[in-house]
Amino acid sequence: MSASRQAQALQLVSVEVVGQSWGIPIAAVREVLGPQSLTPVPLAPPAVAGFLNLRGRIVTVLDLRATLGLGRTEEPERATEIVIEQDGELYSLMIDGVGDALTFPASAMEQPPQIMDARWRGLTDGIIKLDGKLLLVLGLDRMLAAVATAA
Amino acid sequence: MEDFVRDFVSETTESLGALDNDLLQLEANAGDLELVARIFRTVHTIKGTCGFLGLNRLRRVAHSAENVLDAIRKGRVTVSPETVTVILRSFDTLKEIVDTLGARGVEGDGDDTALIADLDAINDAAGASVVALPAPAAAVEAPPLSELEAALDSAWNATPVPAPAAPPAPPVAPAMASPVASAVPPAATSQPAASDTSAQSIRVSLDLLETLMTSVSELVLTRNQLLQLARNSKDGALVGPLQRLNQVVSELQEDVMKTRMQPIGNAWNKLPRIVRDLARDLNKKIELQMTGAETELDRQILELIRDPLTHMVRNSCDHGLETPAARLAAGKDETGIIKLHAFHEGGHIVMQLSDDGRGLDLPRIRAKAVERGLASEAEVAGMSDTQVGNFIFRAGFSTAATVTDVSGRGVGMDVVRTNVERIGGTIDLVTRPGNGSTFTIKIPLTLAIVSALIVDCAGQRYAVPQISVTELVNADSHGEHRIERIRDTSVLRLRDRLLPLVPLREVLGLAMPGSVEAPGDNRLVIVTQVGSYEFGIVVDRAHDTEEIVVKPVAQLLKNISVYSGNTILGDGSVCMIIDPNGVLARTGRVDTSAANGDLGHQMSGIDDRSEKLALLLVRAGRGMLKAIPLDLIARLEEIQTDVVFHSNGHMLIKYRDRLMPLIAADPEVSMEPGSRKQVLVISEGERSMGLVVDEIEDIVESAVVIELETGRPEVIGSSLVNGQPTEIVNTGHFLTLAAQDWFKPTSLKSGPRGKRVLMVDDSAFFRSLMLPVMRSCGLEVVPAASGEDALSQLEAGERVDLVITDIEMPGISGFELARRLKSEARWQNIPIIGLSGHADQDAIARGAEAGFVRHLPKLARDGIAEAVNEIMQMETQA
Repeated sequence: MSASRQAQALQLVSVEVVGQSWGIPIAAVREVLGPQSLTPVPLAPPAVAGFLNLRGRIVTVLDLRATLGLGRTEEPERATEIVIEQDGELYSLMIDGVGDALTFPASAMEQPPQIMDARWRGLTDGIIKLDGKLLLVLGLDRMLAAVATAA
Repeated sequence: MEDFVRDFVSETTESLGALDNDLLQLEANAGDLELVARIFRTVHTIKGTCGFLGLNRLRRVAHSAENVLDAIRKGRVTVSPETVTVILRSFDTLKEIVDTLGARGVEGDGDDTALIADLDAINDAAGASVVALPAPAAAVEAPPLSELEAALDSAWNATPVPAPAAPPAPPVAPAMASPVASAVPPAATSQPAASDTSAQSIRVSLDLLETLMTSVSELVLTRNQLLQLARNSKDGALVGPLQRLNQVVSELQEDVMKTRMQPIGNAWNKLPRIVRDLARDLNKKIELQMTGAETELDRQILELIRDPLTHMVRNSCDHGLETPAARLAAGKDETGIIKLHAFHEGGHIVMQLSDDGRGLDLPRIRAKAVERGLASEAEVAGMSDTQVGNFIFRAGFSTAATVTDVSGRGVGMDVVRTNVERIGGTIDLVTRPGNGSTFTIKIPLTLAIVSALIVDCAGQRYAVPQISVTELVNADSHGEHRIERIRDTSVLRLRDRLLPLVPLREVLGLAMPGSVEAPGDNRLVIVTQVGSYEFGIVVDRAHDTEEIVVKPVAQLLKNISVYSGNTILGDGSVCMIIDPNGVLARTGRVDTSAANGDLGHQMSGIDDRSEKLALLLVRAGRGMLKAIPLDLIARLEEIQTDVVFHSNGHMLIKYRDRLMPLIAADPEVSMEPGSRKQVLVISEGERSMGLVVDEIEDIVESAVVIELETGRPEVIGSSLVNGQPTEIVNTGHFLTLAAQDWFKPTSLKSGPRGKRVLMVDDSAFFRSLMLPVMRSCGLEVVPAASGEDALSQLEAGERVDLVITDIEMPGISGFELARRLKSEARWQNIPIIGLSGHADQDAIARGAEAGFVRHLPKLARDGIAEAVNEIMQMETQA
């Protein structure tokens, strides 16, 4: 599995959260949403902003800012969201904006440096150097695990 | 072709299709016992079903294949490529026969002797005892199915049914007809087979239905938005088409919903015939009674529950019920009865299957459990009958001495449990030696549509399943139903009791516990019950009721027990579904794992919960704090001392158009005019009295252990309540003072007289509490401090007409006491009432098993008095 993945090119959608670019594996992305009405869920982990109804499917909305330890999105109902599917469930990540779909050779991904913030390192599968900036590849499994434990 | 033959064909085709891969995997992975078990079960099911359909060719092949698989399962045969090849060949043959059966309605000709010989050879080589098939089936060439059916039908349909456009029946050949009968060309007997299979219904995948339902929900939302827009616009041309759209969408929604729901009866309709055929094969007389067949459940669940149910019914027929001769000898009716009952309960569908047979062979199960190393001798000896019975749900656990064709290979009950648990259900059994067994399957409605009350709390909507709503009460701060706040706890005055309240805001962390709400706020109280604990959930207001589709909660939120699921409301918003069990669990007020009856609790045996009690703490005079059990208090009132008048040395007050006597809880309570006092109203039937105190301090949950008896009649004793020394008030004493004739038996018109009750409770406190209740029923009380004490008093010749016993006691428990009384001829006719703090389903079942006539929550005064009167009257008449 990992061998075949290495051979493949990396296809990512870049999204912006508080000035930092993150890459989300394109295979997991379902769609991008504009402002949505949310149902808040009391008692849920802090990064769970609520639920939304996506054409009859219930989607768990995650505040990526909160997961990254950057406080909460101030107006959750006006945020841009990107819907991903992981293990058969739909999640929507609140972000500041969507960039391009990018393709890289698998070799472009490097280990995150040790000096990186431990919380971020825990969410990152690897980093890709672009001209002048870094793209952090978001590990969806890691992110969901982090959301669940940060109760 | 009859429906069930068609069902059989499509089901078998499906399960055989799934098996090929399994078998190939088995070859690669010979040690996978789970896999072997799965393959074995499928073949077992096929064999069982074709047995009663009279499909002999199929049955013979399946039987031999099953023998081989059984040998693999038991480790007598190792999985070699040769073995797998032969098994695969047998599956090919099974498929071929089933295909023919589907196309032509008969098994078709074919010689399986070589295959069967190969299968048996593997088995013989392993030195296994091959289970022989009953002779006649093997000896006779299979007659065409249609003839068999006709013969069966004529026997079966003793009463005429609406004739299904009866095809000219082919001449019925006797079962021993010449082999020619089976060689009749298919064309000759073939009825309009094509139209038979294609008409009426088609199979649609559940995924498709799910997608369809999602689309319809979306359509409904869009329609709602359109309607909203149309209402605001002046364009009259929209009205007509929109109305039509509205109607069509509603019908569509309803119909799509219906596609998922089916009456449970659909899973039962094969059973009468199965039971009949089994009865004939086993030479037994069996009557099958079915009730609640109209109970609807999700079709997916229905499919999953069909096979387990069939297995269970077969088991009941085969193992549960005795032969007519044995029944007569045991003093029972010749005909054994199997009852199947389905109903909705608390968001679940409950199915009960009971028989009046011999019950499980518990000594054998005990022995078998020890033999298989599932438990030690000592452990088994200490287990209750129910716990021992639960061993039959273990894989491969069969105690049938002989392997029969019907059941008894140790397949069945573990399959049943696996299937039930796969859909989040539970299965329980209660067995009564000599009197039969009852299996209870409880399946959640996770996939089902439920009616829910939509409520508002802190600006958000939540759904509460109607099934868990006992009553709705509009509460305000001054009317009939008032919410009282006493420190951190709220209570509602509801008729003659104080109902503990749980504000949803607090449970959801949206308000601080005990935060003061603005006076005059109207609130809605949802009265609900978990186990035997009744309480109210406070919300802001109700919207309406809606039929909702319960969707499971996202993985991330699975451990928040307050929510049982979520759903999408008519307006498209997502809404969380509140689970009263979880709400109560969060308050920590009651041990809900016990109320839920989870398996862990059942298996752990005797529970060691200390009995906690809600106590009202009050100040009266300068002495210690005083405590009164909350359940004994009907209302709390605040009065002006000016309205109290004195007569003959008694204080009276006008209360609800009657005169109510008042008594100070302590002589030091001053009644000087112009002051305000708190009154605890204590009611007994029609009458009430008021206990005057200075101040209400708090409501607490605490275990009550009387540490010091005071010798004063108005106090039961003192106890540490939350670390504070506290006097427990003897309400019985004050009731007696308030009305001198209150407890005189003569005041009862029809109650029992001079009867004696043995009151067994290890807590002196509870015994004293029950004393006035018993006396008000006209009963004389004989107290016993333990089960041992009760037995020795009876042994010493104490004669009583009734036993009321606590359940959780050190030493001999209430259950054990009941069992001992029931096992002695001289005592077995004394009715026994069990009292417990937490009367959950499991405990009630155990109580019934032990011999309780009633099982009541402690301190349900009215309930206990009522039950006692009823039982004593029955006794008098008897």
